Amino acid sequence: MIAEAGLAALWLAFALAALQFVLVLLGMTGNRGELLGAVRPVAVVQGLFVCAAFALLIWLFLRSDMSVKLVAMNSHSAKPFIYKFAGAWGNHEGSMLLWVAVLALAGAGVALFERRLERPTLMATLGAQAFIALGFYAFLLFASNPFARLSPAAAEGQGLNPLLQDPGLAFHPPTLYFGYVGLSIAFSFAVGALITRDVGPAFARAMRPWVLIAWVFLTIGITAGSYWAYYELGWGGWWFWDPVENASLMPWLAATALLHSVTVLATRDGLRAWTVMLAVVAFSMSMVGTFLVRSGVLTSVHAFAVDPTRGSFILALLAIYIGGAMALYGLRVGTVKEGSQFDPVSREGALVANNLLLSVILCLVFLGTLYPLITEALGFKVSVGPPYFNLVTGPIALILVAIMGAGPLLKWRRDELKPLVNRLALPVLISAIALFALVAFAPRAHILPLLGLVVAAGVAAASVAPLWKRNLRRTPGFVWGMVIAHLGIAVSMVGMAAESSFTKETLVAARLGESETVGPFTVRFDKIEPIAGPNWTALEATLTVVRGDGKPFVLKPQARMFSSPPTETNEAAIATRIDGQLYTVLGKEDEQGRWQLRLWWKPWVTLIWLGGGMIALGGLLSLVGRVRRERRAHDRKAYA
Amino acid sequence: MKKGWLLWLPLAVFGLFFGIVAYGLINPAERTIDSKLIGKPLPQFALPAAAPGIAGLSQADLAEGGEPRLLNIFASWCLPCIAEAPVLEGLAGQGVQIDAIAIRDKPEDVAAFLKRHGNPYKRIGSDVDSRVQLALGSSGVPETFVIDGKGIIRYQHIGDIRPEHVPVILDQLRKAR
Repeated sequence: MIAEAGLAALWLAFALAALQFVLVLLGMTGNRGELLGAVRPVAVVQGLFVCAAFALLIWLFLRSDMSVKLVAMNSHSAKPFIYKFAGAWGNHEGSMLLWVAVLALAGAGVALFERRLERPTLMATLGAQAFIALGFYAFLLFASNPFARLSPAAAEGQGLNPLLQDPGLAFHPPTLYFGYVGLSIAFSFAVGALITRDVGPAFARAMRPWVLIAWVFLTIGITAGSYWAYYELGWGGWWFWDPVENASLMPWLAATALLHSVTVLATRDGLRAWTVMLAVVAFSMSMVGTFLVRSGVLTSVHAFAVDPTRGSFILALLAIYIGGAMALYGLRVGTVKEGSQFDPVSREGALVANNLLLSVILCLVFLGTLYPLITEALGFKVSVGPPYFNLVTGPIALILVAIMGAGPLLKWRRDELKPLVNRLALPVLISAIALFALVAFAPRAHILPLLGLVVAAGVAAASVAPLWKRNLRRTPGFVWGMVIAHLGIAVSMVGMAAESSFTKETLVAARLGESETVGPFTVRFDKIEPIAGPNWTALEATLTVVRGDGKPFVLKPQARMFSSPPTETNEAAIATRIDGQLYTVLGKEDEQGRWQLRLWWKPWVTLIWLGGGMIALGGLLSLVGRVRRERRAHDRKAYA
Repeated sequence: MKKGWLLWLPLAVFGLFFGIVAYGLINPAERTIDSKLIGKPLPQFALPAAAPGIAGLSQADLAEGGEPRLLNIFASWCLPCIAEAPVLEGLAGQGVQIDAIAIRDKPEDVAAFLKRHGNPYKRIGSDVDSRVQLALGSSGVPETFVIDGKGIIRYQHIGDIRPEHVPVILDQLRKAR
């Protein structure tokens, strides 16, 4: 019954989305304006029905109802509670349902809380959101039904991919989806504004908080995903340029550009057409990413069960939505009036540079991700790996970050070069000192990480410069947000550069009782013993680690064997210190009774994710600051 | 109207993307292209070892012994290479000798790759700047050549070797005898 109720809820949501779209269509084209009054409630109820469907799916997983095909294929009754719960979205159908739930919730959120957008534009926006939802409901109902029954019911489930059996699964996909499906709002706003030809500062101010929310979630999702891959895969890396990682990075790059251009539009009424384009591109990238992951056209560690009909289905949706939005752009944006002009040396100028460089990185990542497909169309299958991505994106990212340091120190509209040079004197000095220190103490570092550290040092100083001589208690939240987010970028960059140039690695075949050194640590291999978990058995090594004269501590990396499905994973054991992490992995035993041990000392690696967290926190502060300021302005207007 | 064509550029880019992707969806099977080097002797090269404990590779090694063998072009950073690793192991298990060239790779990464995905190779040369790869007429990873006992290239397989390609590879090895 539960599965049928879930399916019914999904069909009802589908019908409500259709109704919402038709109401907008009739209300805006004919003279049936009164219909528009029903649009907001319908959007909210639609959101409730999808959430109900999603909750019912989770319930099916918790009950381990093996008569439901999805549960039988992806769950197991012996699985710990949290993985039954999170397992609901650890598969294609369930995660698509989550995807659609976020889409509908975003629409419901706009219907409930958006009060500033002009009513016709808002209605067109909700119509667009419903139109997008329609396609993805159809995809779920016709090509990926999560509630399909299995007859006869399975006696036992096949289990969840052991790599996914980690608390990260409970957290990472939902935040990521809130981020990149949340960008659908920006897309619908852009479509709505193109339809009503209402692109201006008011539109930008209305759109900005929604973009910020999605962007904060996306930042958290990517950061968490990176850390998850780092400790769970046991490969010691934190970013693999895997197509799925790129699928989340590309919307983030577009959204970051959008976040900055929307500020130019809100503050200075510039970059009208460009901002609209970015809003369309950001969510288009989310859809393209979803397509690349689900269709199986690219090989990836994240690949879901591949089915070409699903690929064609999503591709058709892409053609309708992205093709449609871009055609609308071509038709309409020419009639959007040109915004106001500005000097190249100005805050706007720096933001335009930021946008261009982000777009270039986006294009390069996009090309690299699609490269295997392009070459396959030419007749062979080849993939480009980290050597390509690091080489092409690294230098541009460096320039981008350097400009990021200078941008906030420029005035709007126009500024002079000379005062800027004065303002930048201290950061440049700090960079120079960093350069000398690095050349003196780490002469063998590679050029890119070296420059990364040098630039990051100066930019960290420049990032906090906007707080100079300000009353810190009266500094608005969005300034704090910008400062912390920019500082986060510098912090993260230090982590990346330090990890890539100062990591020490020891790969040994060790006997019990032997000691190895890695970086400042001495690691003694004390014992190895079998242990058992709820649905796995493992060999666990006991490593006693000493740093210099410090107190010894114990690390226990495991090689786990899961029974359903039968798979082996390496559970790394990681010791976090203030200046980095010691990362240990237990491998296989060789013929002479020695065990493979991989030990890494990664100085300052934690800064990568600390920086990511700061970026998200900056976004959050900025959001709170904006909302509070506008509420205050609103109250003042109400009293006047 | 100002710069009219520019407004349609996004749609054009999307159209291009759509075309490539649709092609990829409709034609998942790769075609084989015959390299110009087929029937020609291997170019001169001598590559250092790509991983500790495994010998490097020169073109003289490949001409040694008079038995046909496979030359696999791979890299530790390449995902299709992971997919073909078990198939290569299977071929090695059937007594096929496989040598390899690792492209743009580091010794520790190659060692980790072999540890994780198995080592079907007798020798592995390290081609850090793709020079030998280009000389062989190979433009990507993975690729596999059939070399006969005299060091002459007999067959080129582009892309990962999947189980369904194994009969073709074995047939080519037989023909090269």
